Amino acid sequence: MTDRRDPMSELKAGFFAECAERIEQLQDALVTFGESVGGGGTVDPEVINTAFRAIHSIKGGAGAFGLDALVRFAHGLESVFDLVRGEQADLTSWQINDLMRASDHLADLIDAARDGITAPPGGDDILGTLSAPASAIMPALEASPLTGPWTLRFRPHTALYASGNDALFPLLALRELGATEIRCDVAALPDLAALDPEEAYLGWTLTVSAERNETEIAELFDFVIGLCDLAILRKPPTTNAITDAPRTQASETSPTMRVDLERIDRLMNVVGELAIGQSILAQSLAEIGLDRQSQLAERLDTLTGLTRDLQDSVMTIRAQPVKPLFQRMGRVLRETSAALGKPARLVLEGETTEVDRTVIERLSDPLMHMIRNAVDHGLESPSARLASQKPSEGTITLAAAHRAGRLVIELHDDGRGLDRNRIRAKAEDRGLISKGDILSGTAIDELIFHPGLSTCESLSNVSGRGVGMDVVKTAISRLGGRISIASEPGWGTRFTLSLPLTLAVMDGMVVSVTGQMLVIPIAAILETAALRTLDRRAAGYDDELVRIRGAFAKLIDVSAALGIRRPGHLPDNAIAVLTASEDGSRAALIVDAVIDQRQIVVKSLRGGFGSIPGISAATILGDGQIAFICDPGELARTLPVDRNQPATVEDRKCQMPAR
Amino acid sequence: MSDAGEIVELLAFRLGEERFCVDVTAVRELRSWGRPTPLPHAPAYLSGVINLRGTILPVLDLATRLGLPPLAGGDRNVIIVAEAAGQSAGLIVDAVSDIHRVERGALEAPPAMASDGQTVCISALSLIGDQMVRVLDLAALLSTTVVDAA
Repeated sequence: MTDRRDPMSELKAGFFAECAERIEQLQDALVTFGESVGGGGTVDPEVINTAFRAIHSIKGGAGAFGLDALVRFAHGLESVFDLVRGEQADLTSWQINDLMRASDHLADLIDAARDGITAPPGGDDILGTLSAPASAIMPALEASPLTGPWTLRFRPHTALYASGNDALFPLLALRELGATEIRCDVAALPDLAALDPEEAYLGWTLTVSAERNETEIAELFDFVIGLCDLAILRKPPTTNAITDAPRTQASETSPTMRVDLERIDRLMNVVGELAIGQSILAQSLAEIGLDRQSQLAERLDTLTGLTRDLQDSVMTIRAQPVKPLFQRMGRVLRETSAALGKPARLVLEGETTEVDRTVIERLSDPLMHMIRNAVDHGLESPSARLASQKPSEGTITLAAAHRAGRLVIELHDDGRGLDRNRIRAKAEDRGLISKGDILSGTAIDELIFHPGLSTCESLSNVSGRGVGMDVVKTAISRLGGRISIASEPGWGTRFTLSLPLTLAVMDGMVVSVTGQMLVIPIAAILETAALRTLDRRAAGYDDELVRIRGAFAKLIDVSAALGIRRPGHLPDNAIAVLTASEDGSRAALIVDAVIDQRQIVVKSLRGGFGSIPGISAATILGDGQIAFICDPGELARTLPVDRNQPATVEDRKCQMPAR
Repeated sequence: MSDAGEIVELLAFRLGEERFCVDVTAVRELRSWGRPTPLPHAPAYLSGVINLRGTILPVLDLATRLGLPPLAGGDRNVIIVAEAAGQSAGLIVDAVSDIHRVERGALEAPPAMASDGQTVCISALSLIGDQMVRVLDLAALLSTTVVDAA
């Protein structure tokens, strides 16, 4: 095999990971900046410096990798910020929007460079709008004066002391100027016996911080010129000190380390195996009749505790704050509001809330849909807002919090709220409800989650293709989450998402089906019952329904649905597991036996398998066996197709020798 | 490309009466037989999945994949865990026989033949002693054996 660890590509990967952080810093700074400008307050210069530093380091790294398009834009943007540093008070919020757009473009260029695709155009236009007014006011600040950090060597001659001067004065002045390090050189100091008290023996080496220039330093020594040896040297910048702006606490965070995701996944796997091994051990010891009071049992308990701790710790490694996700939504909002001409701002709350990275990845699409919907359907036009005494700029709040072991995300807009009459009319139109039905306000609101109901009259190119909220709801359900809605006409709409903190572990019921183990997610299960106690009714060609607690559920022969054996007579002692899918439809999954109910570690089947209808993932059971995790909603949908598939697993077993 | 004098190590194995090799650098490990859990809706050459220390690994019935008669070995068969084109899989074979050291220049491209399951997966031919060995193109083999999304 060829060498997979190309050192250059590793460096590059590091650079792009750093770029993501820098973009985050830049956007944070711009938001703070926008708030201060919008609130009429003064802007903390450190905020501008942070933004400037972020762009500068991106430029520096991009230069090292020869990413010219990126360097050029970053350089242009950097110059703009340099100008902003001079005339920040005059910036309007629209200019800040332009800066935001510029930072979005910078992020695009980074992505393009990372994926090796052509850089998106438009950078020059953005820079043009940004720098046109500013450059007229201030000539380019480009050529910054020669700055440090500086290293000074200062060695007074005997004459310095003889003329009534003191070495202490310039040293004190230097400290005021920002000398960070002062070292005394005592190498020339002789033994006490040989010491001449009137002779000068001492010298000093000092480091002075970056933002001073040479003249400022040299001035301090005006009085002692000729009475000392003085050298002012420009300290070679260290690799990460590529910025000339001062570093202060704003950029300090707790030390972190970048780790390859694959390594963490491997760690997860091993820890999962450890947990399985530990449970096998416990099981075997129980089987040979281990005394629960014995010392061995006690030690086994300790091991169990440690294993669980270890598992929890690994989970926290995978946890990430929702902030990058939320910031991406900021961009979606900016683009949508610009496209629709509805000014809006995004208020973020609880961005530091942490959740498993897989949840974050899979939340991106549904949230994006929801933000677009909020701007498109939720917010009124600026004139309509002013007419109803609201500020012309809409506010959309995105908040995250941990509640009762789940992640709760709220999306609130201060728009017009849902138009219940229109939703109702449309639902009647489509035959979802009938004219006489009495529905509560919330029940009508919930109709927007129904497939094919879009409330926007004219189809805009942003949303409104009729695949809105039902897609969102399906995506959230796939994550094991729930979505609810609360709307107040005239005052806005609030969506609340509740999600599990991790997708890596879940509660499942282990069942056996024709000798194979399967896991059914507990979250989907309503109840279990013996098949023979159920009221079965034939329906359609060869579908069967069962009636449980006043409702019909579709009967699904799991073994046949998965192609393990052909559909046919169901065993009399079979068990029916009643499940409800995200769309509320019920199914009775027929299995041979319920084995156990336990927490399982979810293993992805992606990579080499394609998608397997009815199966969402797999897990490894206590005895090392693999069990597939089924998706009841999918199983119900795939059944009709399977009947046409000739090859079942049993058929295949029979076929193989005959080939 | 690498020069012709470079030594390539090939792991030779048996599939019934037939002999094949794979590049040894693509082999991650050899495992004794363990019954794979069959995958629903999978093609016949995909025997199922096994638990490889916590990772779920697809296992190919290589004989069926290459259009050969099925293996008779039962639980005496061996699983070669190989990785190519970013994809790992287990390959069921009768037995692993040898490791051959061959100069790259001694590997010949296979002649164009009527395309069947086998020829598209052969990357080179060589003579070892007077025996012809076929080197499997693992990347082609593994990348074409995904379950089609239904």
